[in-house]
Amino acid sequence: MLLIFLSSGLFLGWSLGANDAANIFGTAIGTKMIRFRTAAMICSIFVMIGAVKGGAGATYTLGSLGSVNAIAGSFMVALSAGLTTFGMTKLKLPVSTSQAIVGAIIGWNFYAGLGTDLNSLTKIVTTWVASPILAAIFAIALFTFFKYIFNNYKIHLLRKDAYTRFGLILVGAFGSYSLGANNIANVMGVFVPVSPFNDINIGGLITISGAQQLFFIGGIAIAIGVFTYSLRVMQTVGDNLFRLSPVTALAVLLAQSLVLFIFASEGIESLLISIGLPPLPLVPVSSSQAVIGAIVGIALVQGARGIRYNVLSGIAAGWVTTPIIAGVMAFISLFFLQNVFNQEVSRKTVYVITQPVLYQLSKEGIIDPGLGQLLDKRYDNSTKFYTVLKKKTELGEKQRNQVRSYAQADSFYFDPALIASKINSEWFTSSQIEAIRELQGLSFIYRWKVAETLESSSPDWHYKPGIGLNKKYNRDLKAKYQYVFDTFRAFESED
Amino acid sequence: MAILFKTAKLLETQIDEFLDAVSQGALVFEQGIKDYLGGEEANFEDHIEAISKLENNADDLRRKVENYLYSHSLIPEHRGDVLGLLESMDEVINTAKKTLVRFSIESPKIPTSLNKEFLELTEMSIMAADSIVYATRAFFRDINAVKDHLHKVMFYEKEADRIEEKLNRKIFKMDIDLSQKIHLSYIVSHIGRVSDMAETVGDRLAIYTIKRTI
Repeated sequence: MLLIFLSSGLFLGWSLGANDAANIFGTAIGTKMIRFRTAAMICSIFVMIGAVKGGAGATYTLGSLGSVNAIAGSFMVALSAGLTTFGMTKLKLPVSTSQAIVGAIIGWNFYAGLGTDLNSLTKIVTTWVASPILAAIFAIALFTFFKYIFNNYKIHLLRKDAYTRFGLILVGAFGSYSLGANNIANVMGVFVPVSPFNDINIGGLITISGAQQLFFIGGIAIAIGVFTYSLRVMQTVGDNLFRLSPVTALAVLLAQSLVLFIFASEGIESLLISIGLPPLPLVPVSSSQAVIGAIVGIALVQGARGIRYNVLSGIAAGWVTTPIIAGVMAFISLFFLQNVFNQEVSRKTVYVITQPVLYQLSKEGIIDPGLGQLLDKRYDNSTKFYTVLKKKTELGEKQRNQVRSYAQADSFYFDPALIASKINSEWFTSSQIEAIRELQGLSFIYRWKVAETLESSSPDWHYKPGIGLNKKYNRDLKAKYQYVFDTFRAFESED
Repeated sequence: MAILFKTAKLLETQIDEFLDAVSQGALVFEQGIKDYLGGEEANFEDHIEAISKLENNADDLRRKVENYLYSHSLIPEHRGDVLGLLESMDEVINTAKKTLVRFSIESPKIPTSLNKEFLELTEMSIMAADSIVYATRAFFRDINAVKDHLHKVMFYEKEADRIEEKLNRKIFKMDIDLSQKIHLSYIVSHIGRVSDMAETVGDRLAIYTIKRTI
């Protein structure tokens, strides 16, 4: 069964290779600076290294798909995203899998009756607008810089060619590495908690974790996508939209990498915070938007002649439709999967206000006579529960959300076998692991109860005040909590 | 990665050697004409041999460079231009060689009263050839300097045309056989052709330079 579910992740990986990889090497191929086979080879190798090595750090955050809480659901979300990306690839349009994934997750949210976090959605959509503009600005700056260098320093034509080629390969390899590292979580992350692979130890020197093996397979899927299907989109990016010269191709590639780096780098975030500037949001930006933005920027600075507007409008239309198509497709197919194939596509979330919840809420200062009336009543839908809260209590929006998160009932069991195999010292501190071990054999209903127990046994499970560099620490801790919840959630259905 | 820069260095050297051959060819051409006019036949034949060698060498180098550019898909956007540039440049030394060979085969009888003009014409022709070599070197290394050399090519070519016309008028006013007049005029246009070839290369180069600076 797992293999069937895994297949959609692999398909998503394949379409990621076929489309996203083209955004990286498209300009180099279009200007004939690098042959397709060479580019595909470099790209595949570095995507795999990125997936296995770089992805390991982000392993536990599970990517954006981590929020989908049932495996059949993630299967369908991944499949919808993969199919949408594949369709766009067939139309030779550069899109990003991250766009399709966000769309598909929203589709799942609707289906599962969960509210979508509007705040983070706005953040993501804003960067979809901001990243092409930023990429265009970077590309223009880099292009002007290169032009100055090549016009003012006497560099032989052939040497300039060699430098440019070297730059394209270097930045392309770096881009492929980041592509693998950032996206492998989307492709394979959701399968990590249910991975059938065990750690392999080679000669007592290197240990390859089960997650890394999973990511390696995902990396292979991406590589196959690059080799078999990426040429079409590469031609759109590299040649059809606007004819680039090798130096401008390098400017485009560098601009794109910088944008992706800025939006994904925790280092930059820490730096901005430490010098007292507001940090950029860390969100999955799309490489296709960055690369197209950069190309248009170069075209504008060269007088806007030669832009093929029909190609550009096709690409822009693809960007708008990708999340929509993926969302609708996910919604409809989830319906079929659940009702025709009887697969659980989202874990039923139950909301119950029990005595301990009331006590906890009163500790937080949330007291309302209406809450007492709801005592021990079960609600199996987030929206319904929220509406009832609105009707029966006088609480504000923020407090209602708090009540909802406290009342969310789940089922957690701290299986000793799972503690041994899934909690490793690479990520968790020894004090954190000790705290988890203390829970061995215990069951919990509420998340906050798990968190409270962990907090009481180790200071490493405490959040820090949310200012400055603590933000990064808190984000990491939140990911650890999420990982613990996902790992120890009892899988058998309650009803 | 090192191979990328090694290849670039090798080709740079070969292109430089090719241009050296063209430049030397022009000098040998001038010496050859001087020797012919001065009646130094043995030296003249030596110079024909020297220019033939240089021309063969230039041909080899040009082929090597062209093959390398295409088989390693280097400078994709300027490959065609460089190919055209090298080929037309090759024509400059070819024309110089052919002219010397004509002298050797046809042994034109040049009245000594025309020596001065013949020398002037030769000098203008090789100056044009020399300037186009400079301009081509600049095209590879220092694109902004190309035009500094190109305008000289055009100037020397015009000078050569002017002297050619003057020489022809003088020839046809002389009291010699018409056959000799036609033969001399034919030889004059041959010498002038070297500067014409330089001008052709210059015209191409002007366009290639615009393409490179965009």
